[in-house]
Amino acid sequence: MTIHTHQPGEHESAYDGLLVNDAHWAFGTDFEDPLAGVDTTVPDGIDAAELASYCLALGDDALVLSHRLSEWCSRAPDLEEDIALANIALDLLGQARLLLARAAAADPSVVPTLPEGSPVPPEDALAFFRDDRAFRNVPLVELPNGDFAETVCRVLVFATHRLALFERLAAHPDAVLSAVAAKGVKELTYHRDFAGRWFVVLAGGTEESRRRLEAGLARVWAHRHELGVDAEADGVLAHVLATAGVAEPDVRPVVTDGGHTEHLGRMLAEMQSVARAHPRGLW
Amino acid sequence: MTGVRAEWPLYEVFVRGKRGLNHVHVGSLHAPDDQMAVRHARDVYTRRNEGVSIWVVRSDAITASSPDEKDPLFAPSGDKVYRHPTFYDIPHDVPHM
Repeated sequence: MTIHTHQPGEHESAYDGLLVNDAHWAFGTDFEDPLAGVDTTVPDGIDAAELASYCLALGDDALVLSHRLSEWCSRAPDLEEDIALANIALDLLGQARLLLARAAAADPSVVPTLPEGSPVPPEDALAFFRDDRAFRNVPLVELPNGDFAETVCRVLVFATHRLALFERLAAHPDAVLSAVAAKGVKELTYHRDFAGRWFVVLAGGTEESRRRLEAGLARVWAHRHELGVDAEADGVLAHVLATAGVAEPDVRPVVTDGGHTEHLGRMLAEMQSVARAHPRGLW
Repeated sequence: MTGVRAEWPLYEVFVRGKRGLNHVHVGSLHAPDDQMAVRHARDVYTRRNEGVSIWVVRSDAITASSPDEKDPLFAPSGDKVYRHPTFYDIPHDVPHM
């Protein structure tokens, strides 16, 4: 006689039934080269140095904002928000890795020279061994986080502009940049959605949440010109502001002399300290 | 701050995996409203490629059986092995059994 019995340990984790054949997914990822196996030849008609410079700028924007967002770890208003911000930071870090690796492959001269025999890959050399003056990111992403409302405003403005740009870059003649952009579109759509929802919630919350939101938006808005003129992004942001019943801030654009604020150097000092202390380290 | 709830309501989260047929309860979280609960569930419970669909429901909307009723509810089925369809000889040419 056979009786169907529940096997001990069969349902120890709620995820057992979900992961099926993807159980290896979180453990077997290869971190060595984000562009492994990809043809990184620069297509005819594209200037390799210009492409590298452009990818560096896009990569640095993602890297610096990723680091700022990671500073929220353990400090967000709620556990759920803590993880949400960390997820966005990790998406941007992934974009940064691909873009810095693409820049290095297109024009190896952009990569800082490290001691002979250093095991540091080009993307890490670019991230951890350049000084603030060599970074190409917009000042908007290097400013300190401010409060949660200001962080929401920055993610909203940044993700809206970057999404509009990446949708166009998905058709870029460089197949690598095009693929990076196409992947990023899905991520940025979520980032914009996350920030847009919080923007509306905070605007309609309490007097205090609205006051903080409007103050944060004003600080971010003064740097919006750094992201360039983009009619599509303008339309989306106008829609979010209208939905939230928030007026466009009346602020004068802040122009940063020398390309960066004092904040980037301090941020990099912390971000780069471990890698620089161990230039032959393997991670 | 009058009229502001001190804490967000609790939600129960159900996720359906890629090859899963049903949504499985994976845990709970706090969120200010239903739509944010879906976003939070995505961020907290599908970070490792687990899901293709999410349900959330306010925990206070769930009616649960009480531990006190355990015996009257479940003990009577304990001695009725004949309710398992295991007393049949299955022909060898019937697949997937």
